[in-house]
Amino acid sequence: MTETLTDTRPIRLKGRSFLALMLTPELPIEGWLARLDDLAARSAGFFLGRPVVLDVEDLDITKAQLQELIAQLGQRNVWIMGIEGARPSLLGPGMPPAMKGGRPGPDFEPPAPEEAAAADAPADLRPAAGEKPPQLTPVTEPQPSRATHSIIITEPVRSGQSVIYPEGDVTILGSVASGAEVIAGGSIHIYGALRGRALAGSVGNTSARIFCRKLEAELLAIDGLYKTAEDMDKRLRGQAVQFWLEGDSIMAEALS
Amino acid sequence: MAKVIVVTSGKGGVGKTTSTAALGAALAQRNEKTVVVDFDVGLRNLDLVMGAERRVVYDIVNVIQGDAKLPQALIRDKRLDTLFLLPASQTRDKDALTPEGVERVMTDLKRHFDWIICDSPAGIERGATLAMRHADMAVIVTNPEVSSVRDSDRIIGLLDSKTVKAESGERIEKHLLLTRYDAVRAERGDMLKVEDVLEILSIPLVGIIPESTDVLRASNVGAPVTLADKTSAPALAYLDAARRLAGETVPMTIPGEKRGLFSKIFGRRVAA
Repeated sequence: MTETLTDTRPIRLKGRSFLALMLTPELPIEGWLARLDDLAARSAGFFLGRPVVLDVEDLDITKAQLQELIAQLGQRNVWIMGIEGARPSLLGPGMPPAMKGGRPGPDFEPPAPEEAAAADAPADLRPAAGEKPPQLTPVTEPQPSRATHSIIITEPVRSGQSVIYPEGDVTILGSVASGAEVIAGGSIHIYGALRGRALAGSVGNTSARIFCRKLEAELLAIDGLYKTAEDMDKRLRGQAVQFWLEGDSIMAEALS
Repeated sequence: MAKVIVVTSGKGGVGKTTSTAALGAALAQRNEKTVVVDFDVGLRNLDLVMGAERRVVYDIVNVIQGDAKLPQALIRDKRLDTLFLLPASQTRDKDALTPEGVERVMTDLKRHFDWIICDSPAGIERGATLAMRHADMAVIVTNPEVSSVRDSDRIIGLLDSKTVKAESGERIEKHLLLTRYDAVRAERGDMLKVEDVLEILSIPLVGIIPESTDVLRASNVGAPVTLADKTSAPALAYLDAARRLAGETVPMTIPGEKRGLFSKIFGRRVAA
């Protein structure tokens, strides 16, 4: 059975990333929960409204124990949005979904006891927003560096690997294998063969481009508009090619 | 210093077990104490290829769970007294392997052997990741066809991220072993050529094993091909590969070139 689409506008695929808090439980669980309670007591509401992911990679526990742990965390108002590193047999219906491919982010600093106390103080005693606290040491927040808007990958990107860089351009010195993907907020430059997927301008950048030295790609996308290998000009296969967006179509041209 | 090699591929049926046995026997013939370890818990085969299936009493799972000591589980080869087998369990599954247990066994083996060759199960799950976990070197077994090459690429990515070496910032040595290679078919375009596979995987080549009935015959009589018929083409290729793994420089030849004038017409030299 075939259906005819009346609206042929392509569906835009866009990426969005959130920073999740990673909890890594340790055995025995009771001891770990006690330490968690201690942390929560010092900084009330630390977990409220934060996406939390549970890392159970090196944890030797059964499905029932994991369900119990999730319930225990729920009682503490810690809601688990996903589980990383779990064997498929550990998960099931009614449990948070398995997550993978996470990259380490900056450390979350639990508020120090004094800060927590300050937060509990009446509002009029706290310094107004934007005003520096009087004669105190400057608060250094762990801010990830935003100075560079491009990354360079010196290794080949292997099948099954993803390079995700929403902040800017990605340059890859090797090849991108079949079954690998590169997702960049800006342009993508590949100095080897592109055999996998390249998704440029993933955060809504229409001027992003894709460059590769040898085109064997499975899929290309710019700003959510995509093109599969079948839709690509056969003459461009194996060539050095660049892609850019004009209106709602992806343009391609061999690089001489 | 013991060297731990994992023989892996991602894809099944490409020749991991055959290669483990052949390389193990080849290294043992250099008078270096070698153990081949079967990580394919639940689907063990290495005991059959080594001809030791009637001598298995204890296995790696027994050792991990403390039911047996390592020397009780090790089986000494009847033909080569420097060659040992640590079999897998057939009645359990991969969940019986624990990270701590595997680490303990590997540490123990390192004290007794020069070479520890781990036969990885197919796939990228627990058994495969634990087999590669403690490796210093990896032999990636690949057939000259696209699905095998892509799976190998996936495994190389895992070797670079999930091994102890990779996690401590070191590099694991990776070697490509091309098996079931048929020069004539590659030339006709039915198979990927050596250059194509090397271009895609970009890791150094350690050997090319020709497609041969000698391999199947050796498996069926329960002998590594490097013990069954040391002068056969696949045995010579495996013996050369083992020398390269041990650090010797051996020129690479495409198997089949020596077959005579006729095949020379089709033969091509490989850029290693």
